[in-house]
This record gives sequence, C-alpha cells and structure tokens, in this order.
Amino acid sequence: MKTRDEIAQALAACGYIADAELATAISLMQMLKRPLLLEGEAGVGKTEVAKALACVHGTELIRLQCYEGLDQSAALYEWNYQRQLLAIQAHHGADADAVEDQIFSEKYLLERPLLASIRRETPPVLLIDEIDRADDEFEAFLLELLSDFQVSIPELGTITASAIPHVVLTSNGTRELSDALRRRCLYHYVDYPDVEREARIIMARIDGASASLSLQIARMLEGVRKEELRKVPGVAETLDWAAALVGLDVRDLHDAPETVYETMMCLLKTREDRARVTREVTERILGKVA
Amino acid sequence: MSCCGDHPTFEEIDQVSRLVAQKLSAFLKTLRDNGFAVGLAEGRDAATLMASGYVGKPGLLRSALKHLFSARKSDWDKFDGLFDAFWLGKRVRSRSMTSGAAKTASSPSLKNLQDGGTISGQSATDQVPSTEDGPEGRGGEGRMEGASRAENLAEVDFRKLADPEQAAQAHDAAERLAKAMRTRLTRRDLARRHGYRLDLRRTIHRNISHGGVPISLVKRQRKDKPLRLVVLLDASGSMSMYTGVFLRFIHGVLDEFREAEAFLFHTRLAHVSGAMKERDAARALDRLSILAQGAGGGTRIGESLATFNRHHAARVIHSRTCVMIVSDGYETGDANLLGREMGRLAKRCRRIVWLNPMAAWQGYVPVAAGIKAALPHVDLYAPANTLKSLVALEPYLARL
Repeated sequence: MKTRDEIAQALAACGYIADAELATAISLMQMLKRPLLLEGEAGVGKTEVAKALACVHGTELIRLQCYEGLDQSAALYEWNYQRQLLAIQAHHGADADAVEDQIFSEKYLLERPLLASIRRETPPVLLIDEIDRADDEFEAFLLELLSDFQVSIPELGTITASAIPHVVLTSNGTRELSDALRRRCLYHYVDYPDVEREARIIMARIDGASASLSLQIARMLEGVRKEELRKVPGVAETLDWAAALVGLDVRDLHDAPETVYETMMCLLKTREDRARVTREVTERILGKVA
Repeated sequence: MSCCGDHPTFEEIDQVSRLVAQKLSAFLKTLRDNGFAVGLAEGRDAATLMASGYVGKPGLLRSALKHLFSARKSDWDKFDGLFDAFWLGKRVRSRSMTSGAAKTASSPSLKNLQDGGTISGQSATDQVPSTEDGPEGRGGEGRMEGASRAENLAEVDFRKLADPEQAAQAHDAAERLAKAMRTRLTRRDLARRHGYRLDLRRTIHRNISHGGVPISLVKRQRKDKPLRLVVLLDASGSMSMYTGVFLRFIHGVLDEFREAEAFLFHTRLAHVSGAMKERDAARALDRLSILAQGAGGGTRIGESLATFNRHHAARVIHSRTCVMIVSDGYETGDANLLGREMGRLAKRCRRIVWLNPMAAWQGYVPVAAGIKAALPHVDLYAPANTLKSLVALEPYLARL
C-alpha cells in the first residue's frame, strides 16, 4: 500500500495533479476497500480521477456510463440471443437437456461493464459515471453489487468477484442520491482548483504552455469564475482555452488582449454568459492578472 | 492524542483504547445529531483508521474521517468545524463534549454549525423594518386581521406554532393531497399498460423455447416518474400570519409525497427538507427555527428564486416537478429580477402553482409589483389561507 505522498506523485506522473485530500481519499479506498463517490460541478475533472487511478495501478479502466433507463441487461450481463437461436437450429433433434446446458453456458454470455469488472484477475478500476442519471431502482441494485461483489445469474449460478475492483462513482448532483449509497462510499467533493494547482494542471496537460502563461491563464480563470455566470467554466474548458492560446502563439496575455477576448468562446458556453463578459469586463479581469 | 509512558502495561493500553472508543462513539453521536448519515460500519472503519497510525496526525486523521463520514456537499463543508470543535476543543469547551452528551442545543457553537451556509450570514441579515413590509399593496383588512399576533410573530418562534392538534390536521390535508395526486398517476399508468412499442430483444429471448417463432410478444412502455412537489414558502413578516399553517402543511407534504423538497425564503433562501423530515412535527419545527434566522423580515423573492435557480434547481427539479410557491408577492427587492427568475424557473419545471393567502380576501386584486411580474409564468394562481382552502385546491392540483 502506498502512502499519501506516493499516491500524489504517482497521480502527477499520470498527468493528474491532485490535492492532498484526494490523495488521502485514494489511500483510504485501498485501506477500507470502499468505493469513492466524487461530487462536483461539471468539468472539474471527476472522470479524470478514475482514469488517473487506472494509470497509477496499471490496470484496465472499465467504464459504465449511466443514463435514464439503464437496466441490468445493459450494465451487468445479457444472453447472446442470436447465437442461442442459431445453436438451437443447428442442434435440431438433439437431446434437449444437452442443448439447454450448452446454450446457457458462459460462451453465450455477453458481459457488460459490471460483470466484466468482477471477473478480471487483476482488480480493474470500475468507473460508474454520472450515477445521478440512473434510476432509483438501478441505484438500489448497484448498492447490492457494491456490498457483496457477486452476481447471480439464474441460468448459470452465482459469480463471485475474483478480485475486488477499485470503484469510483461520479455524480453531478442532478438528483439526490440515496443515503444508503452515500453511506456505503467514501465521499470527496471535487472543487475548482486553486490558482497554483490549475496552473500546474495546464503545464502538465498542454505542451508548450510556459509556467508564466499557465499562471496567467489560471489567474484569469479565477477572475472569470467570480463573475455571475450561468455555466462556470471547468478545468476542461481551461485546458481548451490554454490549448487555443498556445496554438495561436500567445506568449503573454497582456500582449494580445484582442485574442484573449475572442478566444473566450472556449470558456463561455451560453449566449447570456457571452453577453455578460464584454470587452470591458475581459479587460478588467485581465488588468488584475499580474 | 492519547499517549502513554514508555512501557504501558496491557491494562493501560486496554483503558486507553476503551477511552478512545468511547470518545469516538461520542463523536459519531455528534455527527448524527448534525445530520450525518453514519452507521455502524462507518464507526468500525473509523476505528480501523485510528488503529493504523492515522491517529498521530490530527490533520491527516481529519481528512481521512472527512472522506469516510461525509455523504454530501453540506456534510463536507461543515465537517472540519465539527471535527475541530470536538477533538481539538476549538470554540467549544471540550469538557462539555467528552461527557458524550453532545446535545446540540446546549453548545451554542455547535448549534451554529448545524447549517453553516445559512447561519453564517446571520449577523448580516437584512432585516427590513416591519413597517416597510409590503409598502404599497397592504390592504386595511390585513392590518386588522394580523394586528394582534403580528407582534409576537415578528421574532418568529416556530415552536409556538406547534400545536399537536393543528399539526395533525395539516398532516391530514397533505396526505389527502398526496393521495389525490398519486392515484391520478397510477391510473395513467394503467391506461398505458399494454405498451406501444415492440421490444425485439426481449421478444426473441422469450420465444427461444418456441424455437424462435415469436408467439408471445413483449412490449415497451414509457415509465412514469412519480410527481415531485417542491414547495417554496415565503416566511417574511407580511406572511407571518400564515407561516405556521403552511409549515405544518409542508411537514405533511414531505411525509406523504414520494418525492418532495421544501425551501423557506425571506431575504435569503434556506433548504429545509432535512429539518422538516423529522418524524415528530414538534421536533421538526424546533430544528427549523434554528435554520430560519432572519425570518419575519422583508421579502426578496427575486433574489431567493435566483439562489434557488442557481444552486438547487438542477438537483431538485426534474421533468415531472411541480413547484408550489406560497407567498403574498410583496417584493421588497427588484420586481424585474423576480419576473426574470420566474421565467427561468418556468423553463425548468412542469408546472408552477402560486398560492397567495391574501388572494382569499374579498376585493383583493393582484397589483403588487412582485406578483404582477410573476403571474405570466404561473400555471395556477389560487387563494389559500387556511387548511380548508388547501384541501379545496385538491381537484386543481390533481389535474396538474
């Protein structure tokens, strides 16, 4: 088991700049074998945590994207009906029991993310993305899976996890999750990064972003997030913007105020926000950036 | 924290660990009192943590326990304060806490922590003098009707309103309403039972035993989500006459509806579902009076709605949500802002009901600037000042 600092370093090596608290959360995940629930605004890098975690452990990332109406057949397993039918046709006239045994064997089973995650030899990282979009029933089912790590398939029997996966759940808070699920998980609130961390993220992710430019961009973002916006730009937007500025060969934001204003489209994604952050506002925020 | 000599005897170790365990369970109780969902498994894991070297570094232990015990953003935000108060004795005399009593009522600083977000602005509350409530539209009848009780309600102590009998009545009203709206849903569900679209995958699966000849068909139907009711109650001075009635009603609503949320607003907005979901009505009102600091002053409906739209709407509103605003519409803030925010809210939710106690009076015309700005976005505008009138609304609400 790794210590907190080692984890933070390993994450940084994978391109994810974590704060101390997240590193603690990940070391607890290993120690207590509990899933980690990440909440936070859209675009603060919740999904990236799981990807970085897979990179740290050097394992596979299995992702289950939740949506309304997600059910067991899409999340857990499903029989390959077409192949089963073909097999029945092919064995026409054969012993019925033998055929049945054959078509309900693992060969005809389609594994979906949840089943896949418990059948791997090395524990993978299971990312259950945007759990708040799934229905209540699915949440209840998930709770059962997360406590026992076993799945019973009526035709086949019970499949127990060969290795307990590292489970990361993310939520955007579009629906209140059940207390039971919340209690089961470790909780971490992913906030917008502070200036220093954001600058380090830009440097780690964008080739050609100098330290001074990254710091300027991060300060600029701090100012923009303080405006009354409908959609506050997240880290993903910051990276887009930084990539745009680097691509346009901007070395210092003060040298190119016009480009800064024009490329703000990377940050502001609604018409109202665009109207609110006028040329004057941009210049005012830029003025505060040292 | 609990350190001992160089060579502790086993008895000493036993005692120390027992002390730590006791203190830990007292901490768990404090957390539960502050609305954390903490179970036995969490306590066990916390003990594991403490046994594993985390205990020596308070900062690290705090961070670790924070991840373990928090379950939502509000928990996350107030955990540090609670932890410091309990373990490091900051702002709270640690003696009174170690006794294990952890009565939130008896320790003022912990009480303030109950809802850090709302209470922190307590000293800065904008208390509009009650003489300025509803400057233009307040009719003569209003003063007469409210005169005798207005005084003691100005400080709004919700506990005084917790008459058990009335509470039970309010519960009944809410229950009837919930049933009316729910049965409606069930009937709709039945009519669609046969489904409208063929589910090919399942049909093939079902008919494998017939050798793949589709004899029995499986169909799909749209799933009905239960209706969610979100109540926004105006708790300003001009509404003080009615706050009690509606609070009891809200308590019933939260209890009876499958999905419901409640908010109080005056000059600020407070999310009160947690406090109100307390089974016991009297206790709910008790917890509420802590949350409702600053109630009884002026009303900033527009700003409160803006807060709601910004911070809560995405979470509590889905496509089958009915928002019920209970207010007299006397806006002391900007009426244009109110109109704009109502427009935003209307885009998000299915229906908006505006219940106005004042509208029950004879000769009342909605002329106040606030209500005028809001009305274009409202689907049902109705008078409601007593439980009876709420029950009378049943058929209208059921149709929403």
